[in-house]
Amino acid sequence: MSLLEARNLEKQFGGLKAISGLSFSVPENIIFSVIGPNGAGKTTLFNMLTSIYKPTSGSIFYKGNNITGMPPHKVAGLGITRTFQNLQVFLNMTALENVKVGCHMHSNSGLISAALRLPSVMKEEHRVRKMAMEVLEFCGLGDIADMPASALPYGILKKLEIARALAAQPDLLLMDEPAAGLNDTETMELCDLIVQICQSGITIILVEHNMSLVMEISHHVLVLNYGKLLAQGSPYEIQHNSKVISAYLGGE
Amino acid sequence: MKRLAGYYCFAIATLMLPLLFPDSYYVTVVGVTVCTNIVLAVSLNLLMGYAGQISLGHAAFFGLGAYSSAVLTIKYGMNPWLAMTAGVIAVTVLSYVLSRPILRLKGHYLAMATLGLGIIVHIFFVQADQFTGGPDGISGLPVLSILGYPIDSDLKWYWTFAIFMLASVLFSLNIAHSRSGRALAAVHGSEIAAQMLGVDTAKVKSHVFVFSAVLACITGSLFAHQQDFVSPESFSFFFSIELVTMVVLGGLGSTFGAVIGAILLSLLPEVLLVFEDFEVMIFGAILMVIMIFLPQGLFVAMEETFFRLLKRKSQGSADVTS
Ligand SMILES: Nc1ncnc2c1ncn2[C@@H]1O[C@H](COP(=O)(O)OP(=O)(O)OP(=O)(O)O)[C@@H](O)[C@H]1O
Ligand SMILES: [Mg+2]
Repeated sequence: MSLLEARNLEKQFGGLKAISGLSFSVPENIIFSVIGPNGAGKTTLFNMLTSIYKPTSGSIFYKGNNITGMPPHKVAGLGITRTFQNLQVFLNMTALENVKVGCHMHSNSGLISAALRLPSVMKEEHRVRKMAMEVLEFCGLGDIADMPASALPYGILKKLEIARALAAQPDLLLMDEPAAGLNDTETMELCDLIVQICQSGITIILVEHNMSLVMEISHHVLVLNYGKLLAQGSPYEIQHNSKVISAYLGGE
Repeated sequence: MKRLAGYYCFAIATLMLPLLFPDSYYVTVVGVTVCTNIVLAVSLNLLMGYAGQISLGHAAFFGLGAYSSAVLTIKYGMNPWLAMTAGVIAVTVLSYVLSRPILRLKGHYLAMATLGLGIIVHIFFVQADQFTGGPDGISGLPVLSILGYPIDSDLKWYWTFAIFMLASVLFSLNIAHSRSGRALAAVHGSEIAAQMLGVDTAKVKSHVFVFSAVLACITGSLFAHQQDFVSPESFSFFFSIELVTMVVLGGLGSTFGAVIGAILLSLLPEVLLVFEDFEVMIFGAILMVIMIFLPQGLFVAMEETFFRLLKRKSQGSADVTS
């Protein structure tokens, strides 16, 4: 059964159709990559899948339910979360606190009980701290837990954003250009991390310009061009698809 | 506990003052003003510093608390505690209803909306004179008593305000290290990212708005009883700005920053008594200087410098041993 399904999605910005007539479905537990030249509409697609944008028309189904137009935090509540192309790390917190925010949905104390620091809050804090540390360590960030995010280098922040998303325990993780700006070593580490995340049972939709990374780890690749579906298939099929080759070469 | 070490020192100092100087004007008179301003600044900091939502109308809730107590006890002969409770309920409802539409706004628009709120409430205090006594205000509140003990001396008022203030500061510190506090900071950091992690940002903002309004409202009730007099002057736009200055002066987002900002700005008029006419000008100048040279605030800048020195020292000694 497919985890996520997009039907006839369309997003218009004024006169510009950033996405049009896009339908696809994402099976469970795979790495599903979306590629395409700059401005193809990849980030716009992510913004629709996470309800940050409302599609102009079309609909999105997740686990069989129509989630089109649902408030973003509710979409997250259903198990969809993401990372961002332009980092959205909470720079006003430490690394650990960032990941603790990721645990928001797996804890429940409110403002008043927090103010009074009831025993239930202390217990929850203890549990959240443990959960967050585990995730940080899984991502190889255990030793920077107490550093302020604003003092961390770019490569670490990119990983931190992934850690934060994992703390939310999603079923579906959307990653928007996680390798952008990383050096070769960092990209290799990232590659391993993404594979590991998928093996832990999380479905991944990956937007990435680094083709060797995409071709190496994806199970399925979808190519967007000017907001339209150009082709989709296995990495091998995409690499040998003449339309894709000419779109990329023509775009250069 | 290490987390609260600073708080305990502060609490001990606050509680020692009246024992050491029971007759000092600075304890019994200025002390109460300082405590009032600390609670107001700390509550405003929850909204402004933690959640990043500016409010230029915080004095309105302070005033609503004060007038609820004054009007209900004087004009309707209500029991002081009942009057205070009625004020809290009214402010809870009002701030909740206002919070959703107002906090949907951002930046300048939010500033304008909260400014408008403050001005409307102030005009109401002036104009609704059959209840509020108009510009002259009203006086003659009954004595407030706690479990049968009347709060009828300056020193007793100091104790009352000190304990209420210490509780508020503790609440604020507790919130910082909790799910709610992190959600507020997340709203401040990146609203979109917060939503993607399941934080209902509209709800979080609305809750903290109500919480901070209610703290201000209770402070207002106590203030009315302590002063035995309320007039619109105490709840004007200028006072809202003064509160913002306190929060910014100490350092946005830091509870102790708000505390220090409140202490400094409350003591300033005492020190500047000689310059009475220029007080507002001097306030403005301070705000400008801080914004230009220490945009992160006085307390936060001090704290950072302290930790930097500490680190350099420990690194220095490590170098020697290695
Ligand atoms: N909020 C917006 N308002 C107007 N136009 C937008 C908006 N967001 C995106 N666009 C336009 O939609 C098109 C698709 O943009 P999008 O960011 O989705 O591309 P992308 O595939 O993510 O590109 P890149 O690889 O550079 O990240 C672009 O032409 C962009 O200018
Ligand atoms: Mg993009």
